[in-house]
Amino acid sequence: MSGKKVFGTPLPGIDLARLDGALIVIEGPDSSGRSTQIGLLGQWLEQQGYSVAQVGLRRSQLVGPEIEAAKRGNVLSPRTTALFYATDFYDQLENRIVPALHAGTVVLADRYIFTLIARAAIRGVDHEWLEALYSKALVPDATYFLSVAAPELVERTFASRAVLDYWESGMDLGVSHDWFDSFLTYQRRMRAEYRRLQQRFGFEIIKASGSVRTVQHELRTRVGAVLDSVLGAAPHRERTTDG
Amino acid sequence: MSAGSAETRARRSEADVAGRLIAVEGLDGSGKSTQIHLLHQWLRGLGCKVFFSEWNSSVLVKEATKRGKKRQLLTPTTFSLIHATDFADRYERQILPMLKAGYIVLCDRFSYTALARDGVRGCDPQWLRSLYGFSRRPDITFYFALPLEVALGRILDGRPRLKYFEAGMDLGLASDITQSFRLFQSRVMEQYDGLADEFGFVTVDATRPIHEQQELVRGIVGERIDLMQFRTRSQR
Repeated sequence: MSGKKVFGTPLPGIDLARLDGALIVIEGPDSSGRSTQIGLLGQWLEQQGYSVAQVGLRRSQLVGPEIEAAKRGNVLSPRTTALFYATDFYDQLENRIVPALHAGTVVLADRYIFTLIARAAIRGVDHEWLEALYSKALVPDATYFLSVAAPELVERTFASRAVLDYWESGMDLGVSHDWFDSFLTYQRRMRAEYRRLQQRFGFEIIKASGSVRTVQHELRTRVGAVLDSVLGAAPHRERTTDG
Repeated sequence: MSAGSAETRARRSEADVAGRLIAVEGLDGSGKSTQIHLLHQWLRGLGCKVFFSEWNSSVLVKEATKRGKKRQLLTPTTFSLIHATDFADRYERQILPMLKAGYIVLCDRFSYTALARDGVRGCDPQWLRSLYGFSRRPDITFYFALPLEVALGRILDGRPRLKYFEAGMDLGLASDITQSFRLFQSRVMEQYDGLADEFGFVTVDATRPIHEQQELVRGIVGERIDLMQFRTRSQR
C-alpha cells in the first residue's frame, strides 16, 4: 500500500496514508504527442488489469466558462488567470484525483502543476507565490516530460492544424507581432522554465521526437517499473508468474 | 515550497504608492458597511480623490462563485481560491492602479475576511497568508468589534433568510441553519480577535451610537493621512 506526499502540508480532510493508487503525470507542450501517448498508455494499463482514470487541465465544471472567456478576451491579469487555473486544479484534485487514488486507481494526468507554474511564471508571476499556491498538490509517483524542440513543434502543429494557437504562441506576451517568431520565443521560454522546474522537482525527460511507438515503449517500460514498486505487480502479471 | 517572503517583497515594492488604503472588517451585523459608507461621503465632501471597493464584487468572478455556491460544489480550498481570484482581479485592475494614481481606496472587507472565514473552514493559515501575500497591507484597518449576541441579534432579527455558505452550513456544525450561523459566527469572531493583534487593527466599539463611531473613524483617518494631499486639483 503506497500512501502519498504533498509538496507542503496537506489539504484539510485528506488522509494521505490511505491514497493507495498511483499518480502518473505526463507533461509537455502542445503537439508533443501527450494525449496520443496517454491514450495508448491507458489502454495498455487496463489490459494489464489496472483501473485507470484520466485527468487534465481545465476539466472542472467550476470555473471552466471563466477560463474560456479569459482565453477569448484576454481580460484577466496573469495572477487572476493563475488563480482560476488553480481553482480548476484543486477542484479536480479533491473531487477526482483523491477519490480515484483512494480507490486504488492509476491516475494519468495530462499535465499538472508544472505547466501551470511555467505559464504563469513566464508571464511575470513570481515563483515563490506560485509554488506556495500549489504546495497542497500531491507529489506524483512519476512525472515524464515529453521533450520536443521548438522548430519540430512548429512542424507538428502545422501538420495537425495548419494554424498556430494564440496562447501557445504566447501572443499575449507582446514579444513580436509575427506569430512564428512569437511561437519560437514563447516555446523557448517555456522550455527554460520547464528545465528550471525539472531541476527543482526532478521529473524525467523523454525525447518525444521519435515515433509514437518508440516513445510509447519508453513510457511503458518506465511506468511499469514505477507501478510495480508503488502498487506491487499488476494482477495480470501476477497470474503469469504463478503459471 | 516556502511561503512568506513573497509577501514581504510585495509590500516593499509597493510601499511607495501615492495613494492610501483603508479597510473595514467585522462580523456580519457589525455595522462596518454603514461606517465606510459614511467615511466615503465625508471624504467626497472634502473633495478627496476616493474610490470604494467591495468584497466579492468582481464581475468576472461573480458567475463562477454563484455556480459553485448553488451546486454546493465548493470545498474549503476551492471556496478560498475563488474568493482569492475575485480579490486578485479587483486588486490588480482597480485597487492597485487607484493607489498608484494617488487615490484613497476604501475596502469593505479585505483579505482578512478570507483569513478569518477560510481559517474557520480549516484552510492552512500559512497557505492563506501566502495566497493573499501579493497585496499590500491597508494603511488603516478598522475592526468593528461587538459581542457575539449583539451581532447575531442584528442579523437574525432583521433578515431571517440565511444563505448556505454565509451560515457555514458546509462545515456541518449544525443541521439547523440558524444554529449553524451562530456557531460559525462565533468561530469567525475568534479568528478576527487573533487577526486584530497580528495585523494591528484599529478596534472600534461597534455597540456605540453610529455617529460616535464615525467621529472616531474620521478622527483617526484625519490624524494618520494628510487629507489635503488627496484633494482633487480643482479643489486645492
